[in-house]
Order: sequence, then C-alpha cells, then structure tokens
Amino acid sequence: MGEPANPTVTTELAKPTGSFPRNREPLLAERAADSVNGGSRFRGNDSVLARKRRGVSLPDLLTYAILIAGAVVMLLPFAWMVSTSLKTAGATFVTPPNWLPDPATSDNYAKVFDSAPVGQFLFNSIVVSATSTALMVLFCAMSGYAFARIPFRGRTVLFYAYLATLMIPQQVTLTPLFIIMNWLGWTNSYQALILPASFGAFGTFLLRQFFLRLPREIEEAAFIDGAGYVRIFFTIAIHLARPALATLAVFAFMASWNSFLWPLIITTDTSMMTLPLGLSALQGRWTTDWNVLMAGAVIATLPIIAVYVFAQRFIIKGLSHTGLK
Amino acid sequence: MSPAANRSKYLALAVLLLPSLAGMVVFLMAPVLSSLVLSFSQWDLIGEISWVGIDNYVTALADPAVLGALRNTLTFILGYLPSVVLIALGLALLLNRRIRGRVIFRAIYFVPVVTSWVAVSLIWKWLLNPQYGLVNFALGAIGIKGPGWLFDPAWAMTGVILTSVWKDIGFVTVIYLAGLQDIPEPLYEAAALDGATPWQRFWSITFPMLAPTTFFVTTISLISSFQVFDQVWIMTQGGPAGATSVMVEQIYKNAFSYYKMGYASAISWVLFALIFAVTIAQNLLQKKLDRSDG
Repeated sequence: MGEPANPTVTTELAKPTGSFPRNREPLLAERAADSVNGGSRFRGNDSVLARKRRGVSLPDLLTYAILIAGAVVMLLPFAWMVSTSLKTAGATFVTPPNWLPDPATSDNYAKVFDSAPVGQFLFNSIVVSATSTALMVLFCAMSGYAFARIPFRGRTVLFYAYLATLMIPQQVTLTPLFIIMNWLGWTNSYQALILPASFGAFGTFLLRQFFLRLPREIEEAAFIDGAGYVRIFFTIAIHLARPALATLAVFAFMASWNSFLWPLIITTDTSMMTLPLGLSALQGRWTTDWNVLMAGAVIATLPIIAVYVFAQRFIIKGLSHTGLK
Repeated sequence: MSPAANRSKYLALAVLLLPSLAGMVVFLMAPVLSSLVLSFSQWDLIGEISWVGIDNYVTALADPAVLGALRNTLTFILGYLPSVVLIALGLALLLNRRIRGRVIFRAIYFVPVVTSWVAVSLIWKWLLNPQYGLVNFALGAIGIKGPGWLFDPAWAMTGVILTSVWKDIGFVTVIYLAGLQDIPEPLYEAAALDGATPWQRFWSITFPMLAPTTFFVTTISLISSFQVFDQVWIMTQGGPAGATSVMVEQIYKNAFSYYKMGYASAISWVLFALIFAVTIAQNLLQKKLDRSDG
C-alpha cells in the first residue's frame, strides 16, 4: 500500500501487448468504465465460446429471463411508489391492487407540501450536500497531493493515522461530536450539518493514489521554473486530477444527500431538516396515509436519480477504484 | 536541502495538508478519543460528570437490551451477508456473459443503491403491509398466506433483511463485475481448448480469481451490516417487542433519548471492538487461505 505506483508506468509499457488495443493491460477501473459503454473496447470473458455459438441458445434465454426478472424486482417497487402517490385513499386500500391510479390525483403531493416545508428541506439538502462536497473534494485533493508529492518527516505515520480512521464506525464519534456542537451552540445549524461531512480519509486516499500514478515529468518542468508545490497544485495538478475529483464528488454528494443519522441527531428544528429527515418526519403525521408518504418518497427520490443518470459513469468507475487496486 | 527550500516545503504543507488535518483531528480523531474517555464516565450533558471506571462496559455486557440488540444484529448479518453476496455474484456472472443490454441491466440494478434509505424503507414498509402490501398479494397469488412482516416479531427482521438485500445488491454486483472483467481471457481460452466444462471453468478459474473481490465485498458488507440503523429506525424503530433492535439503535437511544452519554459511548466501543475483531479474523483467514493456495 505504501509503495509508490510510479514504476508501473514503465513496467506496464514493457509488458507484452496481448489482445488489448493499448500497449498495456487495461486497469480494472478502465474495464469497469468501458463495460458501462457496453464493453466494446475489451473483449468479455466469454468471447471464444460466444463465437462458437451464434444465435440464441438456451443458456442465453435463461440468462435474459433471470436478468429481466431481476430488473423487474428492482423497478417494481419504484413503480408502485409512483402509482400509490397518485391514488386516492379509497383506491389504495383494495385487493387485488390496481396498478393504474383511477382516479389519478395530485392531492397527495399537495398534502406533503402543505404539511411540511418541503421546499426548505430541499434547499437545506442542496446547501449541505453541495458545500460539504466542495469542501471534501478540495481538502482531499490538497492533502492527497501533499501525501503523494511532498516528502516530510512523519508522512508514513500520519498517512496510516488517516487510514486507521476508515475502520472506525461513525457511531463512535456521534456522542462527542454532538457534545462539541452542543457546547459551541451549533445544534440546528448548517455548519454542524456540513463540517463533519467535509473530511474523510477515503477521499485523501483516493486522490493520493491518483497523484502517485501521475507522471512527475509534467510537474517537474514547472518545478525547475521555480514554482512551489502550492502553485503547481493549483495551476497543474488539480486540473489533471479532474476525473478522480469527479468520482469523489459524486460519492461525497450522494453520501451527504442520503445521510440520515447525523442530521437526525443534530437537528430538532423543522426548518433545518434535510430532505431524508423531513421525509421520515412525515411518518409522524401521516402514519398510515401511504399515498402521502409515497408522494414524499417520490419527492426525495427524484433529485438523486437525476444526479445518478448524469453521473453513472463516475460512480461505476469510482466503485472499482475503491479498494481492489 | 537548503533552509529556504525547507521553509517553502513546510509552507506548502501548511497550505495543502493543514486544513484537512485540522478537520480530521477535530471531527474524527478527537471525537474518537473523547468517546473512549467518555465511556468510563456517567454524564447526562447537564449535571456533573462522574468517573465510573469500567462500570459501563460491565453493565452493557449484562444488559438484556444490549445483548438482544447484539443477537439481532448478528441475525441480520447472517441473513443479509450470504444473500447479498451470492445473489450479486450470480447476477454479475450472468451480466459478464456476452449479452445485449448489459449497461441497461446494470444501471437498473444500481438504482436502489443511490436512493436514500429513508425512501427505500418507506417504500418497503408499504410493500410489506400485511393486508394491502404488494408482497403479500404476490405470495397470495401463488397460494401462500403472507406473514405480518414488520408487525410480527418472528418476521420483522426478515422484512428488514429483504429490504437491505434489495437495496445493496446492485452495489456488490458492480464490484463483482469489475472483478470478473479483470480475469485474463487467455485463461478461459486455454481451458476451452482443454475441453473444460463451464462448471470446471467456474471452479478452477473464475472462483479462485475472484477471491480478492469476494474478500473485499464481504469485508465492507460485514462492517456496514454491523452498523445497520437507518432502515431499522424508519421501518420498525427496533420493534415489534424489540425484535429488530440493533446495536446502533441502542447507541442512539441511550445517548439521545435517555441522555446516557457515557453508556452510549461504551456501547459504541463494544461495537467497534466487535467490528475490529471480525475484520482482523477475516484478514487472518484470508492470509491463511492464500498461503495454502500458494
């Protein structure tokens, strides 16, 4: 883990080229990213066998049957959520259940907006997630660069201290964090929601790995011209790191957007609640009003699915970065 | 190195590393240490703090609520972990075949992963409704009378496990798929030339080559399932009759409902110790397996 990854550049170039269209073995992340695009660049493991039997075989049919069944199981609950959110109470509690809302109504959405400041929840979620993501990406990029490029005494020990925090469950920090925030008078504040979500060893680790892989030559030219680490970082390195930064940003944003336990502890004031928390609070008033609760669930789900659709590539790529290599 | 270069190096460290380090210390490292200190105290946030030695730990390890939560957490892991790993492996193997629409399938399986726990828990609470839920209706259609799910102490945990497996499958599938695509194709070509059956190819190539991936997914799933909370809190709040009470829920209740800060910290350290022990044990097992292979 501790060794620099730079030598791989030369060793990989020296490897036999094999069947891949590049002069080195594709990295796991590249393959994962590629498979998002249908796996055209690298051949799948089955290609030899696939060439043998063209046409639709029984195993293929079974594969599709299972995969489609799986997709239905994954999507049906969302369809049911939307359907329920558009029904009247009378049309909801019937057996057998109806898929199409008849009559369709938007009353449930109106009820959600009337009974809770959903706009405020949404605003809070956006402020908290956007700010903590921006801070997280900046801090992790800077510290990742420092760990990768600046030699200093105690670097290894400090880096291991960072890594050790990855093993600590969040729950261990909850009580002291709450006490600190309470003491500072920061309960029900944006800073209390934002700051604990703005630091983490995972991002530092991810970015450090990225910078270690980056050939030093690009920076060395600037170094010879007399630029310091800080200037090189802000003018060169951070721009080269864009893909890694995007991956981290997507992860940080989703974690913050969906975060529940910490907001639950630190906010009691409805006006400071984030979307997940506000949605869970709806349960108190609309205990068994499933139409209203599902309308709330739709409102909470739509924004993150929109982000997902745009950021899918980075998510998949980032996932294969996380610990395997 | 010249003194001037040294000075500029430490200046660079101050700009680049210090903000992150300060945050890590204030929001992670210091709270961890404080929580350890707090675990030897009794404090309700308002009154005087009193030091009680290891009393909190002794109490916790004999507390029926904590032990029940521990048992329930282990039940959750036993149900959740094998299901999520095996189903995801199966799906990844199917997706790794040369099929059309792989991208779409994978994108669909990943949707629950990005959805918040609150939304997922509410959706499943409604799906698992004993009278009007879709799940019991589907079971009824094939002649099975569905249970009371979250209202029945015998079935509530199963409901929570079902929900969690559904949400996390896509995550593990994507990691497995990345692992599968990292297996060098020539291995399969050689095996095909030798006339190996698909079954043989799976057990002698795919399965051993996937060992690091399996190790990775079981480790992170194990750690996260010890920390199960959100779905439990929203679906059952630990009920009915404590049937789904889990460790983190005990930490939460003791700290923020009963204001027993010291006791809650002690329980969180018991949980940490458990996670740590299991992770180490798994690591050792992995090393041992590696050596016997090698």
